[in-house]
Amino acid sequence: MNKKMKYALFLGCHIPARVQQYETSARSVLSEIGVDIKDIKEFNCCGYPLRNSDFKTFVLFSARNLALAEKLGLNMITLCKCCYGSLKMAKHHMEENPFLKDAVNKTLAKEGLEYNGNLEVKHFLSALYSDIGINTLKEKITKNFKDLKIATHYGCHALRPSNIMQFDDPISPVIFDRLVELTGAKSIDWALKLECCGAPVLGINDDLSMNLTKRKLTDGKKAGADYLCTACPWCHLQFDSVQKMMIEQRRIINNHLPAILFPQLLGLAMGIGKKTLGINMNQIDINAIGD
Amino acid sequence: MLFTAILYISFFVFLLGLSYKVSTWFSLKIGIASKNFTTSERMSAAVKGILGVIFSPKILILVKVFILDIILQRRILKEDFLRWFMHMLIFIGFMMLLLMHAFDSFITAPLFEEYYSTVNPFLFLRDFFGIMVLAGLTIAAYRRFILKVPRLKTSPMDYYAIIILTIIMISGVLLEGIKITSYTEFQNMVENYSGLDDEEEILTLEKLWVKDFGLVSPNVKEPIDPALIPLSKKLHNMNCAECHSSTEWAIMGYPVARLLKIVALRLDQLGGVNAFWYIHFLACFIGLAYLPFSKMFHFIASPVSLLANAVMDKNKSLPANIATRQAMELDACTHCGTCSLTCSVAMAFDKTGNLNILPSEKLVFLKTYASGKDLKENEIKAIQEGIYLCTNCDRCTVVCPVGINLRELWFNVREDLIQKGTPIPLVLSPFSFYRGLNQQKLDSKNYSNPVSLTKDAITDKCGLIKNPDKVISLTPVNKEFKKKVDLSFQATTYSYCFSCQNCSTVCPVVGNYENPQEALGLLPHQIMRSVGLGLKDLAFGSKMLWDCVTCYQCQEHCPQGVKVTDVLYELKNLAIKESFNNE
Repeated sequence: MNKKMKYALFLGCHIPARVQQYETSARSVLSEIGVDIKDIKEFNCCGYPLRNSDFKTFVLFSARNLALAEKLGLNMITLCKCCYGSLKMAKHHMEENPFLKDAVNKTLAKEGLEYNGNLEVKHFLSALYSDIGINTLKEKITKNFKDLKIATHYGCHALRPSNIMQFDDPISPVIFDRLVELTGAKSIDWALKLECCGAPVLGINDDLSMNLTKRKLTDGKKAGADYLCTACPWCHLQFDSVQKMMIEQRRIINNHLPAILFPQLLGLAMGIGKKTLGINMNQIDINAIGD
Repeated sequence: MLFTAILYISFFVFLLGLSYKVSTWFSLKIGIASKNFTTSERMSAAVKGILGVIFSPKILILVKVFILDIILQRRILKEDFLRWFMHMLIFIGFMMLLLMHAFDSFITAPLFEEYYSTVNPFLFLRDFFGIMVLAGLTIAAYRRFILKVPRLKTSPMDYYAIIILTIIMISGVLLEGIKITSYTEFQNMVENYSGLDDEEEILTLEKLWVKDFGLVSPNVKEPIDPALIPLSKKLHNMNCAECHSSTEWAIMGYPVARLLKIVALRLDQLGGVNAFWYIHFLACFIGLAYLPFSKMFHFIASPVSLLANAVMDKNKSLPANIATRQAMELDACTHCGTCSLTCSVAMAFDKTGNLNILPSEKLVFLKTYASGKDLKENEIKAIQEGIYLCTNCDRCTVVCPVGINLRELWFNVREDLIQKGTPIPLVLSPFSFYRGLNQQKLDSKNYSNPVSLTKDAITDKCGLIKNPDKVISLTPVNKEFKKKVDLSFQATTYSYCFSCQNCSTVCPVVGNYENPQEALGLLPHQIMRSVGLGLKDLAFGSKMLWDCVTCYQCQEHCPQGVKVTDVLYELKNLAIKESFNNE
């Protein structure tokens, strides 16, 4: 990392309302590294939940956010993989389809906004890995979690479709594992690493959603993981709040696998306090970590 | 006397309205949370709750909220300085006028022995507070009609509030101005308060009043001989000055008096003072009597909302009190539009024009809905879309200047509104995640109804899915349907599919079932082929469409470059559009 980096932080809707520990932990990690964050109050929903019903409105939602960041000449950093996927997807569609872009810009012009595509969208993980770099991060690590086994959960919408997302190799990605290994923990191999968490159909088909979650948890547990590591609020809610609900509903018995957000893990390794990292705010108790 | 009679009548109407409105806080049933409580249960719970707070350390929170959020209105300041400034001008100006001027015989006179409405500082302050209110009203009108704050909707209630306050203020200023010029008033005051009865002396005094204090007299012609002024001043000091400051201190009334100079005599003869006196008082009385039913009621309900929300907690407060609070919150809303300005999905309103998407307008809807209004089918559809098209990002709750807990309100009414036995397309989208996450708080018996109902509504129109034994006719191919699958340029890639089944093999949803065909209807590769063959029923009707987790495994693994997930997205868009929008 050469010069001081600055990003527009895109939080999306879940994090400020339900996964605040993701925001506080990510902010504290970024500030520890010396990354500058700009908050744009006018950001709206990325449009992801609208894709099922209204493609054009979905693109418009994303485009407005992109235009807001572009206006300030900043690249965007997202904490959510679905926001990341949506923003990149909308960007891609507007690049490929000038008519769509024009229609969107016509609507945006009413607020004095314009989208031209002169910005990059980064996920928190890709920013850490590619922009900041493993070496810079290494300097900040003060603790070594050498006995810890972590199952990394990549999250679908960052990885695929890989030609658009350009996040990492879609078949054998490494970014997340390298980042986890920075903390001294072992990133284990597990079969369902790249599979869906189940969140997209929660509320539509709960049995399916929870079965997908359960399969992943069981597989991770079987592979010897102590924690499942997430970097997306949807996945995290699924593996934390929904897992807790599944335990209460006795859908999961004796094979639960607590989830930890990546910036919580990284923050602990950097010596940031548990309170700042919101360790207590996870639904399934992860207080034992690092003791 | 007519005046006293009207005052008491309007005050009585006000009290009646107030008690009616407050009683609705305990009787209105909103959403699912209030179903199990009677009015008396809610009242006793409220008493219990209030006493519990007053005799606990929580009272300190109330004091803090009272000072910071109610008096200083910190929450408005956080959002927008201009709005805060506007509201403070109206709030302070009007409250001070109310206490010092309207209630002078009850408050100001007992407090200040020297009180006369005609002496300073009271004479000056009355006009000063009046200027504050008028300046605030000007900013309010400017924001609504010229600045056009985005998504700030102006309802009849907003017009009423601005108009009634403006009438009260303008009529007050005009009344004061006319009184200053009025010869009749002057005569009355000389008679009642001065010791003068010599006509020559009165005329001398009159001259000073004409020259300096704005009086318009039929007996005095300007210019006035300066030699007389010292004597006039002496008479003034002896007879008037003690209880009447210079009218120039009436910083609005005096300039108005000067402007009215030419018509003042005529106005006085026509009884202008009386006329404006009636307008001013009637406007005040109407404002008072109608207050509980108007937007101005927020000056009672909003502080209550701020105080209640500061000490209440979803998990600890009595459920009956939460039901009561939510009914009260409908009255606390000032329709200021802050929530809609910050709403994460408000863009959808800009696109669809469905007002119910905006939180501020949803609240307007809820007010009529709670009062038991029957809804037409299209109204139900609009509110269902409005209440469901919400990411539950909580921003509206965070910014609400009167502290309404909109998050809990939406959750509570959403369930009620979507359980009406009609299909709601949006329940088949990730907007449902929040409902799934909170399913333990919902009635498990009806929980899955909205989703299954909506899925069925789509499948019902797909004959081939309903009758699997029916022979499929491949000619002529439904070209029209194929043409529609082109929302995004990627969708047409379905035509490259040669049914290798890679997509279905890697699909985690397919992998979840022992007998996927039975559970899902069609598998991804079959859907691709259905589109290629123009078989709309098969493409729209399979459960796979709505069970797709959009993980893009299929698309990533297609050797032919078919954008499988994107085609499924496209089909979902189309199925919803064709099943629900074209009715």
